Amino acid sequence: MRKLILSTLAVLSMAAIPALAEEGPALEHQNWPWLGVFGKYDQAQLKRGYQIYHDVCSACHSLNLVAYRNLADIGFTQDEIKAIAAEKTVKDGPNDQGEMFDRPARPSDHFVPPFANDQAARAANNGALPPDQSLLVKARKGGPDYVYAILTGYEDAPAGATVPDGMSYNKVFPGHNIGMPQPLTDDAVTYADGTKATLDQEAKDITAFLNWTSEPELDTRHSLGIKVLGFLVVLTALFYALKRKVWSDVDH
Amino acid sequence: MSEQTKFDNKIVQWVDDRLPVFSILKHSAVDYPTPKNLNYWWNFGSLAGMMLVIMILTGIFLAMNYAANTGIAFNSVERIMRDVNWGWLLRYLHANGASFFFITVYIHIFRGLYYGSYKAPRELLWWLGLVIYLTMMATAFMGYVLPWGQMSFWGATVITNLFSAIPVIGDYIVTWLWGGFSVDNPTLNRFFALHYLLPFLIVAFVFLHLVALHTVKSNNPLGIDVKGPQDTIPFHPYYTVKDLVGIGAFLIVYLGVVFYAPNFFGEPDNYLPANPMQTPPHIVPEWYFLPFYAILRSIPDKLGGVICMFGAIVILFFLPWIDSSKVRSAKFRPIFKQVFWIFLADCFLLGYVGAHPPEGNLVLMGQLGTAAYFAFFPLLWIIGKLEKPRPLPQSIAQPVLKPMEKH
Repeated sequence: MRKLILSTLAVLSMAAIPALAEEGPALEHQNWPWLGVFGKYDQAQLKRGYQIYHDVCSACHSLNLVAYRNLADIGFTQDEIKAIAAEKTVKDGPNDQGEMFDRPARPSDHFVPPFANDQAARAANNGALPPDQSLLVKARKGGPDYVYAILTGYEDAPAGATVPDGMSYNKVFPGHNIGMPQPLTDDAVTYADGTKATLDQEAKDITAFLNWTSEPELDTRHSLGIKVLGFLVVLTALFYALKRKVWSDVDH
Repeated sequence: MSEQTKFDNKIVQWVDDRLPVFSILKHSAVDYPTPKNLNYWWNFGSLAGMMLVIMILTGIFLAMNYAANTGIAFNSVERIMRDVNWGWLLRYLHANGASFFFITVYIHIFRGLYYGSYKAPRELLWWLGLVIYLTMMATAFMGYVLPWGQMSFWGATVITNLFSAIPVIGDYIVTWLWGGFSVDNPTLNRFFALHYLLPFLIVAFVFLHLVALHTVKSNNPLGIDVKGPQDTIPFHPYYTVKDLVGIGAFLIVYLGVVFYAPNFFGEPDNYLPANPMQTPPHIVPEWYFLPFYAILRSIPDKLGGVICMFGAIVILFFLPWIDSSKVRSAKFRPIFKQVFWIFLADCFLLGYVGAHPPEGNLVLMGQLGTAAYFAFFPLLWIIGKLEKPRPLPQSIAQPVLKPMEKH
């Protein structure tokens, strides 16, 4: 437990002023749809999660490793992707006159970050650096359970706890004082698909989306894996039968 | 290397008259007389060979897409994961392949330990195995640095800093290793070059390992010498098919992890880009180094710790002479057998200690574990002198002919 706390502290101290490591509650395991041999992403959930990233997280968090074109994997059409990309502006160039120019982002561009650089991000966030979210789930002990627990872990500070100005109390975060204000509440977004936007629903959906940004290959991996393992089980059984046959004339 | 064989195929014969590859192959992979009583623990040699091939093949294709530059190394790995066709499969095969390569080699080493495979006349075979193991460790360590995550960077910093413990010239050696005054771009570049080079040295050592093996022939679970043709069977088809069973079963486990728990052996921290300004509070090496890491940290003196850590491996080279018993197999050595299992448990204990911060009881556990590790060797010498081994069978064929003689 101590190791868990220390490591999570290590990776999250970028986002918050380093605080003393304290014992936090154990992470509750959620029943994520992509777990297990047959597990795969729920596309509707990923789309809802994308909406939360778009409406809430993207105000502060970058998603540098993901390109707009990747949204095709979670069910967006090419036209929708073009429209999503075109919301943002990127600097391109130089053109024939040798000048840099602004143009709308294209599907081939990676997600345009909210801040020009880390310093700008810190300056706008009370000194804390909102971490890039591309690999967030893979880079945390506990993975999706941890991200979900943080998002649902905001509560009033208990008596005796001091929360510095500009920070919030989170029962899961190591040290409890987190630089990120509570990002999600009931009805923080209005889902395009009509799903009721409870805090729990939102936290699950964005966690699913961030799991996808961390492991976009998961669906392919799981479906290929079952075929490969099935093949190997049959092959090994045949090898074993062959071995028995070949060895039948040996006293051993 | 071997006597010329006659082949039916004229082309094969023509080639073989000029370059005896087919004779060599026939001699060492087909006819090679092998003890008939090898159990499944003997599969791990061929499994380690298979892992070496998988590592080299996946590594070559990863290298085609990887950029050894501190500015883009991390993102180039993520590009492999996201944009290169089947790149995620290549990388997960390679990253988990390192762990499974070490699993096969550790089982192979402990099998050799249990059945006394290091004893005369197999001393050089054992040595070559240890050289392979050491080269693997160097290769794996440098490979872990390449993704340029937090653990890559800080692991490299901690391990290279060990050399600063050498009196007088230590700091110069570290600067020389780094190619600068900290782990930085020159370090990454040379580690990549060496990570690509060393596996081919391993191939060369494996070749010598096989030459030595085929000279002294395989040991066997009884640990007694082959007395005649009744004790052996040709390698092919008997052991080729048995190795295939092992390969199938092993691939199920290995690929099961690759497809369903690809980050099981990894540290989440290594998905954070290297940041020289931010030390993780708890730096851990890969699991296959943990027992040695525990030994290093158990010695309160830096130089002493480094000496003990390297000494823990170097002492293995002397095993053929430390072990004073003439009997090879632990089957016939009741005391050694128990001490072997205690030694194995001690290695696991040290691994556990190495994985956790050195606090509280773990410090004492690590020190006792280290003491036990080094006590094993003199104990081995003493046991060999005092132990009364059980009677050895007349030959490998004999216990088969007389199944009533249980041992």
